Amino acid sequence: MQVTGQAIADGLFTNEAQPRLIGGQDRDSGRIVFPCPPGDRFAPLPLSRTGTLWSFTIQRYRPKSPPYAGPEAFRPWPVGYVELPGQVIVEARLANVEFDAIKIGMALEMILIPLDPDAAQPVLIYAFQPIESTAA
Amino acid sequence: MSGLGSNGDVCIVGVGIHRFGRTDGLSGLDQGVFAVRAALADAGIEWPEVQFAYGGSDSAGNPDTMVERLGLTGVQFINVRNGCAAGGSALFSAQMAIKSGEFDIGMAVGFDKHPRGAFNALPSEYNLPEWYGDAGYMITTQFFANKITRYMHEYGISNTSLARVANKAFRNAVHAPHAWRREPVDIQTILDAPLVSDPYTKYMFCSPAEGGVALILASEKKARELGKPLIRLKAAAMRTRPPGSFEVFAPSIDIGGGKATATRIASADAFRLAGIGPEDIDVAQLQDTEAGAEIMHMAENGFCPDGDQERWLAEGLTEIGGKLPVNTDGGCLACGEPIGASGLRQVYENVVQLRGDGGGRQVAGNPKTAFTHVYGAPGVSAVTILER
Repeated sequence: MQVTGQAIADGLFTNEAQPRLIGGQDRDSGRIVFPCPPGDRFAPLPLSRTGTLWSFTIQRYRPKSPPYAGPEAFRPWPVGYVELPGQVIVEARLANVEFDAIKIGMALEMILIPLDPDAAQPVLIYAFQPIESTAA
Repeated sequence: MSGLGSNGDVCIVGVGIHRFGRTDGLSGLDQGVFAVRAALADAGIEWPEVQFAYGGSDSAGNPDTMVERLGLTGVQFINVRNGCAAGGSALFSAQMAIKSGEFDIGMAVGFDKHPRGAFNALPSEYNLPEWYGDAGYMITTQFFANKITRYMHEYGISNTSLARVANKAFRNAVHAPHAWRREPVDIQTILDAPLVSDPYTKYMFCSPAEGGVALILASEKKARELGKPLIRLKAAAMRTRPPGSFEVFAPSIDIGGGKATATRIASADAFRLAGIGPEDIDVAQLQDTEAGAEIMHMAENGFCPDGDQERWLAEGLTEIGGKLPVNTDGGCLACGEPIGASGLRQVYENVVQLRGDGGGRQVAGNPKTAFTHVYGAPGVSAVTILER
């Protein structure tokens, strides 16, 4: 399902039907980081939209505002690190997955989700979901 | 051995602490002043004899303002802000001031008073983009939970081991008058408590807190004049993160990363300076802002191979009566974490242990060597080694 809205920041992910994160590749060493840092040293590089889960936890309490800009209403969310093969390990929320079903090594793909599911004009953040769930 | 100056070792000749936890009606600075007075009395000196001071505080105001309470002696007083390494950095600096031969006696002090709840760091303070905080990533507990989940997966550490660490902390704290949470909590209660960030339950995280600690340091010559037992500061090292590390507030990690840490290089440096190894340490205070931190830091500081902690904890090797007692006063889990004071509390506890003044928490067998370690955002670590 494609959600529409405003990206939480410019330059974080590509504007494609199946968006990808935009990393930065060190022009000298080839090392890839996310997000792409400002300046000339790193060249923007669209990253793999699929990867495997490296680690995870469940955020069980509402983060303090500031800086958190999400809704007052809070439901726990899974958040982890996703290894994009041969590139970099990125921190990301996980979506469309039961907490008990989350396993290190599971195959994931990138999607966009609303920061506030109830907002009329949602701010969009990146997340990863199990690859199987798209077939459902 | 390290390049010691003509003064010999730097010695700790006085220690003072204000109880950690919550003390309504007393500012962080008040608690720092309380600790300084206790440390002066312990050293048997008066405030005007203190030649210099380094002070750490994260949220409780500028430490040098305490001269108004202690006396306007014109003393050189330098404030230190270095995140969770503030206390360690103050101590490192104080040590260098004496090692240089410039001063004979001085002070490292740390205090803090944080609001309730988790720390709320802002992206701009860590050179991170605003969206990172907006989206809910600017949370230390998330990092700690992610780090231990990966570690448990790689090295076979169980939830029960996490609970054993917290259980030990509260049991040890029963005997530590300066600790905050001094009621024992059984392992099942710890495991069954509400989750904060999986796999950690509420008993497995420390809380931001309040407290103050002061240490009086002197040259060996001065320490002998004072007639104090010689507690030698054999090493104090503070280091920042190496390449490929996995640190607090990391939007990305290098593939294969997470093995090298600031802790590993700080502890290796401290052992090199002291000329001894992990196997020579009799008692250790390791950063335990959460139960898994103590477990991972056992290995990162070189005390055991990754994965051996499961056996160490099951066999009680880090208990006060074990092979390597760890966090004898209950650590951060039982004392809470006032950032500016936390690292100095560990050194305070080690001085108590080396003097044999630990009472119900005293390590048996006249410990001769003691180790402290702190870790914090954005990848800083400070280590000390004391020797009697």
